[in-house]
Amino acid sequence: MVNAEMSQATLPNLTGIVDANRRTDLVMAGIGISVLIVAMSLLAAVVIDLIVGGWPRLINPDFYLNFPSRHPLQAGIVSAWVGTILVMLVTAGIAIPLGVGAGVYLEEYAARNWITDFIEINVSNLAGVPSIIYGLLALGLFIHGFGLGETILTAGLVLALLILPVIIVSTREAIRGIPLDLREAAYGLGADKWQTVRLYVLPAARSGILTGTIVGLARAIGEAAPVITIGALTFIAFLPPSPIQSSPPFINFEWLESPFTIMPIQMFNWVSRPQAEFHINAAAAGVILMLMTLAMNGIAIWLRYHLRRQIR
Amino acid sequence: MTQKSFHDQHVTQLSPKTEPTPNTQRESLAAEVRKLSFWYGETQALKEITLSIAYRKVTALIGPSGCGKSTLLRSFNRMHDLYAGNRYSGEICLFPENHNLIDLDPFMVRLRIGMVFQKPNPFPKSIFENVAAGLRIQGVQNKKLLSDRVEQALRDAALWEEVKDRLSQSAYGLSGGQQQRLCIARALAPQPEILLLDEPTSALDPIATAKVEDLITEIRHRFTVIIVTHNMQQAARISDFTAYMHLGKLIEFAPTGELFTTPQETLTRDYITGRFG
Repeated sequence: MVNAEMSQATLPNLTGIVDANRRTDLVMAGIGISVLIVAMSLLAAVVIDLIVGGWPRLINPDFYLNFPSRHPLQAGIVSAWVGTILVMLVTAGIAIPLGVGAGVYLEEYAARNWITDFIEINVSNLAGVPSIIYGLLALGLFIHGFGLGETILTAGLVLALLILPVIIVSTREAIRGIPLDLREAAYGLGADKWQTVRLYVLPAARSGILTGTIVGLARAIGEAAPVITIGALTFIAFLPPSPIQSSPPFINFEWLESPFTIMPIQMFNWVSRPQAEFHINAAAAGVILMLMTLAMNGIAIWLRYHLRRQIR
Repeated sequence: MTQKSFHDQHVTQLSPKTEPTPNTQRESLAAEVRKLSFWYGETQALKEITLSIAYRKVTALIGPSGCGKSTLLRSFNRMHDLYAGNRYSGEICLFPENHNLIDLDPFMVRLRIGMVFQKPNPFPKSIFENVAAGLRIQGVQNKKLLSDRVEQALRDAALWEEVKDRLSQSAYGLSGGQQQRLCIARALAPQPEILLLDEPTSALDPIATAKVEDLITEIRHRFTVIIVTHNMQQAARISDFTAYMHLGKLIEFAPTGELFTTPQETLTRDYITGRFG
């Protein structure tokens, strides 16, 4: 008797609650979709504007093979894209081992004390330091202090410093995401710390580490400020020496000491010129720079997919 | 012979309240726990446990949640050393050397004592590599030896027939019960002196549980097994000796048949008759 009364009293209420929840869901989905549309169309507008603006130069093969020039129609980006690729190689070569190493140390080895806390706070804060400050540091330390000059090596070093915090933080997060029972399984078999990290933790964490690394490199590829600060040239009419040679030892590192320019600097240089034709070049260079970033992200996605399939 | 005489000599030193070593067990011991206490930081989880582990027998640890049975089990391969603030006192002696494993290097201890956890936790690698993991950690390179030991371990874990055609596939493709048997194979491959099982079937369905129990029964003549279980029927089915623990203390320890039919302590009787726990 009491039960019947209660159920009659509560049933309509329940329907009301379910309906209200469903309405809230719909409203939230609507808001989400509109925000997405606004964001995507802004991005699309920028990309389309660049492509349309740079089209005459984008379809011209000479644009990719010519050096910069006083004549806008002969000016190309060969020294810029070669420079960007070489600088990114140096950046990745320095930042990935250092960043992953530091992340592994902080997460797995560091004792929990005030020194570690101090290092952690500093790493997090470094991620927020404006890039031009890194440029000033590099100017003082690498160029005037170590005498490295305005070279590809210096640019790679400064960009590596810039993205180091990103790689450290994402490495730590990826490692922290590895379940405890996986570690206990390894330790339970008698593995020492380094075996556990090398054989089980890092392989399981590598897709997370990779994502962080690519995010970092994608930031580095577009940076102009710190590279301008260290005095990269804007007008380079030659390529760095080739890293590969026909005589033993077949590879050389002279290119590290070569002057260079990179895509964002080339763009900046063209944008700041008064002639409208140069602005077309700038737009075209912008499209190529974006494509380079996209390509890098694409490689990351492919690698991640591939690594995951290997694991499964 | 030396073991026995040592043990007899030792029994006289035990606190008079506990009589931990049933007579039938004295011939041959794999290990002996002597007045083992353990602290998680300030909290004492084990209180002067004294217990004998019979060689190539199954010893079950039962008791209500929080009684310290898993803590005791994890002491055997020094899992607690992975986390800061944990502290032991007392001894766990490994025979025949009579080494106190609390004083040994924990990595050395874990090479000799295998462990299987509550939830199946295979590595994100192939089935073969999962089972070979312990051997690889020990530096075994010989391919023939590796594949022989992997096959033997998989056979011991009653998994060989199911996986022999897909050893190179990921362990994550196996069902939960198969994964747990894989973890048992992984622990068996290095041929540990003692195999620790921490509620190995609590995450499995009845059929998978039966398979695990069967394989434990199969390997009991070649391995010393210590199993923690919530399930009293399981302890009754597969173990030779049972220890009942309560609030960090060992209440009663006896051959399984005796403990379940004629418990000497009121706490044990209440627990096995289902009055609490």
